[in-house]
Amino acid sequence: MIALDLGVVWRNLPFLLEQGFLGFGSFAGGTLRLAVPSIILGFILGIFIGIARLAPAWWIRLPATLYVEFFRGVPLVMVILWMWLIIPMLLKTAIPEFGVALAAFVIFEAAYLGEIVRAGIQSVPRGQVEAATALGLSGSQTMRAVVLPQALKNMIPSLVTQFIVLFKDTSLASIIGFMDLTKAAQVVNNREIRPFELYLFIAVVYWVCTYSMSRYARYLEKRLSPA
Amino acid sequence: MKYKFDWSVLWTGESGAWLLSGLITTLELSALAWLLAVVLGVVSGAFRTVRFWPLRVLATSYVEFFRNVPLLVWMFFWYFGVPPLLPEGVREWLYGHGLEFWAGVFALGIYSGARFSEVLRSGIQAIPRTQIEASVASGLTTFQAYRYVILPVALRLIIPPATSESLNLLKNSSVALTISVAELTFQTRQIETYTAKAIEAFTAGTLIYLVLCVSLASVMSWVERRTAIPGLITAGKRRP
Repeated sequence: MIALDLGVVWRNLPFLLEQGFLGFGSFAGGTLRLAVPSIILGFILGIFIGIARLAPAWWIRLPATLYVEFFRGVPLVMVILWMWLIIPMLLKTAIPEFGVALAAFVIFEAAYLGEIVRAGIQSVPRGQVEAATALGLSGSQTMRAVVLPQALKNMIPSLVTQFIVLFKDTSLASIIGFMDLTKAAQVVNNREIRPFELYLFIAVVYWVCTYSMSRYARYLEKRLSPA
Repeated sequence: MKYKFDWSVLWTGESGAWLLSGLITTLELSALAWLLAVVLGVVSGAFRTVRFWPLRVLATSYVEFFRNVPLLVWMFFWYFGVPPLLPEGVREWLYGHGLEFWAGVFALGIYSGARFSEVLRSGIQAIPRTQIEASVASGLTTFQAYRYVILPVALRLIIPPATSESLNLLKNSSVALTISVAELTFQTRQIETYTAKAIEAFTAGTLIYLVLCVSLASVMSWVERRTAIPGLITAGKRRP
């Protein structure tokens, strides 16, 4: 039995939090620096996929459905490794880990976010679409001005929940060498050999972030649900 | 750079044997972790709905802590962090009997158990309170009420969400490659390293995962229809 040494965490705190968690500095890493753009770009792609899943034309609906079913049936680790392999091959040049990880998360998360968008759109009462059509709005006008604003409100709690999932999943970017919080702890551990303290510490950091976000999601759910 | 496809790498040399052993390890790891997760999930999910508050607090802390931290961190924690703290004898035994595999089972099982717990809790809470009251009124103890009335109904109600959690568990087992468990993704990378035919190797791995997930989902939807309780709204409804 070895005595615990929490000093190891304290000594390496600036590295773990600045480089690993936030992403300032020379390693071009950062859990937050990866998670935030991933959810935003993933959501934009997800909106298109969600709308395409509900399209009346089968040749739009089918590819979107296949996209969603494919990425939901494959482990994220596999998708990250695929991107790591394919992107340099297609672009014929080396890409920093950040770009590879970002592409993997956007493409993977868009499948899940697309389902959230679809459920959000389907939660808007049919009468709203009929009323918009009766007023003479075109299909895309109805979608932009009537359906999406209402759907978005219904989606917010699920979006926060999905962001929590994504936030945790960014730890997998460390597999391809991206310097996120998990990788930073690994690097420190290679020098200090204090795995119990270090991994428990980053577990607590992740927990504080995800738990507060999940409380916020619950609060939003209560506040936004129709009385 | 022009990539030349050569699909024969998948069945020449040792690739086939590697894929097969990776698949078996993935299934073993997932099955053991699933058993652990179901036990933890059912017990803690039930605890979260009882009157006695210490049990509720215990189960809630377990769920909220383990569910909200990335699985990868748990893998490292159980593989690197815990063994040095174990007694000498246990540690020696683990190092001799595939420590990484057991660390993977623990990490995946305990993490997924916390997620199963949420599923079970919502299943139990979907049962009308009157059922519990009726079972207590007919003289059952709390344990008997859970054992004979609440759980049999709740376990049927949660088949669809539990299926998608089980599929998550199966897919998440790929994270064990980080602690060098020789599961499917690990073996896929091994083929890539030895043959330099990455696209072929990754395609094989990806297809195996897809086939596993699709077949598991269809088996479960069959189970759902077989065990459906006649008269309930969800009875016989297909998974969307």
